[in-house]
Amino acid sequence: MGSIFQIILQRLALGLVTLLVVSMVIFVAVNALPGDFAQAILGQGATEEAVTQIRADLGLDQNYFLRYFGWLGNVLTGNLGISFAQMNFASNMGGDQLVGVAEQIMPRFRATMFLAGVTAMIAVPISITLGILAALYRNSLFDRAVNIATLSSISSPEFFLAYILILVLAVLNPVFPSLSNVYDGMPLGEKLNRTMLPALTLTLVVTAHMMRMTRAAIINLLASPYIEMARLKGISPMRVIVRHALPNALAPIINVIALNLAYLITGVVVVEVVFVYPGIGQLFVDSVKIRDIPVVQACCLIFAAAYILLNLMADILSILSNPRLRHPK
Amino acid sequence: MAEQLLKIRNLKIEGRSDEVWNPIINGIDLDLKKGEVLGLIGESGAGKSSVGLAAMGFTRDGCRISGGSVEFDGVDLVTASAAVKRGMLGKRIAYVAQSAAASFNPAHRLLDQHTEAPVQHRVQSRSESELDGIELYQRLRLPDPDNIGFRYPHQVSGGQLQRAMTAMAMSCRPDLIIFDEPTTALDVTTQIEVLAAIRDIVEQFDTAAIYITHDLAVVAQMADRIKVLLRGDEVEEADTRSMLSDPKEDYTKSLWAVRSFKRPSKPAVLKGATPIVSLKNVSAAYGKSPVLFDVDFDIHAGRTVAVVGESGSGKSTAARCITGLLPPSQGHIEFNGEALPLDYRKRSKDQLRQAQMIYQMADTALNPRSRIGDIIGRPVQFYSGLTGTAKRKRVEELLVQIEMEPSLYIDRLPGELSGGQKQRIGIARALAAEPQFIICDEVTSALDQLVAEGILRLLAQLQDDLGLSYMFITHDLATVSAISDEVVVMKDGVLSSRVQKQKCSSHRTILIRIFCCHQCLK
Repeated sequence: MGSIFQIILQRLALGLVTLLVVSMVIFVAVNALPGDFAQAILGQGATEEAVTQIRADLGLDQNYFLRYFGWLGNVLTGNLGISFAQMNFASNMGGDQLVGVAEQIMPRFRATMFLAGVTAMIAVPISITLGILAALYRNSLFDRAVNIATLSSISSPEFFLAYILILVLAVLNPVFPSLSNVYDGMPLGEKLNRTMLPALTLTLVVTAHMMRMTRAAIINLLASPYIEMARLKGISPMRVIVRHALPNALAPIINVIALNLAYLITGVVVVEVVFVYPGIGQLFVDSVKIRDIPVVQACCLIFAAAYILLNLMADILSILSNPRLRHPK
Repeated sequence: MAEQLLKIRNLKIEGRSDEVWNPIINGIDLDLKKGEVLGLIGESGAGKSSVGLAAMGFTRDGCRISGGSVEFDGVDLVTASAAVKRGMLGKRIAYVAQSAAASFNPAHRLLDQHTEAPVQHRVQSRSESELDGIELYQRLRLPDPDNIGFRYPHQVSGGQLQRAMTAMAMSCRPDLIIFDEPTTALDVTTQIEVLAAIRDIVEQFDTAAIYITHDLAVVAQMADRIKVLLRGDEVEEADTRSMLSDPKEDYTKSLWAVRSFKRPSKPAVLKGATPIVSLKNVSAAYGKSPVLFDVDFDIHAGRTVAVVGESGSGKSTAARCITGLLPPSQGHIEFNGEALPLDYRKRSKDQLRQAQMIYQMADTALNPRSRIGDIIGRPVQFYSGLTGTAKRKRVEELLVQIEMEPSLYIDRLPGELSGGQKQRIGIARALAAEPQFIICDEVTSALDQLVAEGILRLLAQLQDDLGLSYMFITHDLATVSAISDEVVVMKDGVLSSRVQKQKCSSHRTILIRIFCCHQCLK
């Protein structure tokens, strides 16, 4: 087992290095955006002095390196900074109740994680079951129907799927509410009820990948000698697939699941907008619009960390699914 | 008169390729009584495995049983429903596959796989079956039978896996076991152990068996009767003794005659002659794990040195050292008395040209996307600088040398050739560099006996015509006796003995000596 911990530590260290590189990319990219907060907030009629004044207030006039390392140092000590919008409001309108970016993002992030979690809970079991069944009845009518259904749902735009679901499940048959304005402290049942429509929409979006990878990974193995051996032992087809093929097909499936979970955390702005869901995606887009750099950077960093962490977990789980690595000679 | 167990009548099997169904088996009859062992023998492509699987009512993907009947204990497996067949498979008819390493599921422990069939068929409970498994492991003389079942397949050696698979086939005490070349993938020494274990257990439980192999020596040990197949047709069938002593058909006789090919002895090497290749105290390691220790031998001009040993003994590593693919950690390599740079990247083109290699798997050693003319033409151009028609002419010469008609083959892809022809292309590619020395790494072990013999004869002919020296890596002792002038035995990365062939009266002596060496080293 020693070697596995070594591998995990290595990957973890590599993940941290990646995160550092990503932080640089984020900083450069965000600063390469045309215009800045001062111009965005003051609009077209801005005077030169006002713009300079706001820039000086926010520290935007300092040199890039100073700002990057200042930001990096703050992030490393757990301080994500204060949103420009808040600072500007405070300096012009008075009031000293400044809320940090971390506190601002937290409820949004929790909501996003909740939505992603609910979606994963629905989508992962469904995709894997469908994938197994499609592999079992491969090339049958069932297989084709599942493929066509999942492929059409992934090919349709998310807002379109969302509106269809609203039409069917909220307007024609009022099962779930079409607005998903959840907030912290809402009872879990109510929260689940309101989250259901966005979660179902996202399920339709992510199922195809996972289901098709499960199917392909299993079918890939069906020609191997140990599957033939299992068949020749008189094992039932379902057991052949679940017990003999699936454990050996886990690595690619885990990787696709991780990619899709990362997508659920980082890429669901459209669904949030349609259902008025208070997730991190909306906050991110709004902040980009007004060039609120501390928020944008914090969101990017969270997205990157989510990607890296999920991929890391996928790597580790794939390693653990391989008996050669779990039980060395 | 024992009871009839299996009755195959006019069995026809077809395989699908390029949207057409081609016949694989054209009507074969087969009878097997309870407790009887039938040997099924033939080259690859003869349809042995197809017949063996059909005896279980099973065909591989892309094949179908197109006619005839397979009656097992009164039930026709061709027409039986999938559920009826599943009830028989594993329980009454079991299968032992060629490669145990590939046929055990890598994700489960041996004993878990062993108990699966008895538990699923409700023959035994899980705990009964585990105890029974341990007893079978004991009978098959597996080391540490109490615990070996708790290992994963990759933690167990090939020979042990093959015995564990035989135990697994025995788990429901079937009436019939199909053995599909169970020892082909093993080393000579392991082969004998596995064979003996299989023979004993089949006798103990009075199980009927169909034993599929291309190795006569094996089938003679195992079978009561032998059936010879050739391209989907039966050649002849007789009980083992009369088949061995008095084969009726020409094809059978030719199978028997393969083992008779033998090179005449060459005169002794002159004292003081410089060897073509000389390994001086060579040690080598893969990463940090050492595999070769202080190996030292010479290969003289126009001679064949066979390097034998079990897999993992360092034979191929020695070859990699000579070619410079794996620079030795100690020692050096001399070519015609001159020390070669250890790393192939530091050798001159001429030094590279002198030593060529022919590989075990011709399938993977040839680029499937290149035409034969390009495969051979590339080294011709690289080493001799010929281009255009001169290059093509040289390629044609080489094809003639390996006894393949240039106009027929020069524009083909490797996929359009048979295994033996692919290996010939491998030889031509090595010859294209006009080397003095060729390393043959198990070049015949993936081939049938008849085809292998053709390759050996060709190599011998080329040696006489061109004065080549060979380093012949093999674990097949019949090949050693056929072609070698000198034998080097390796074990665990150490050179354990050298035998001059002319000093031995016959190849038997070499065999005995080699086995003695093994015994001494154990």
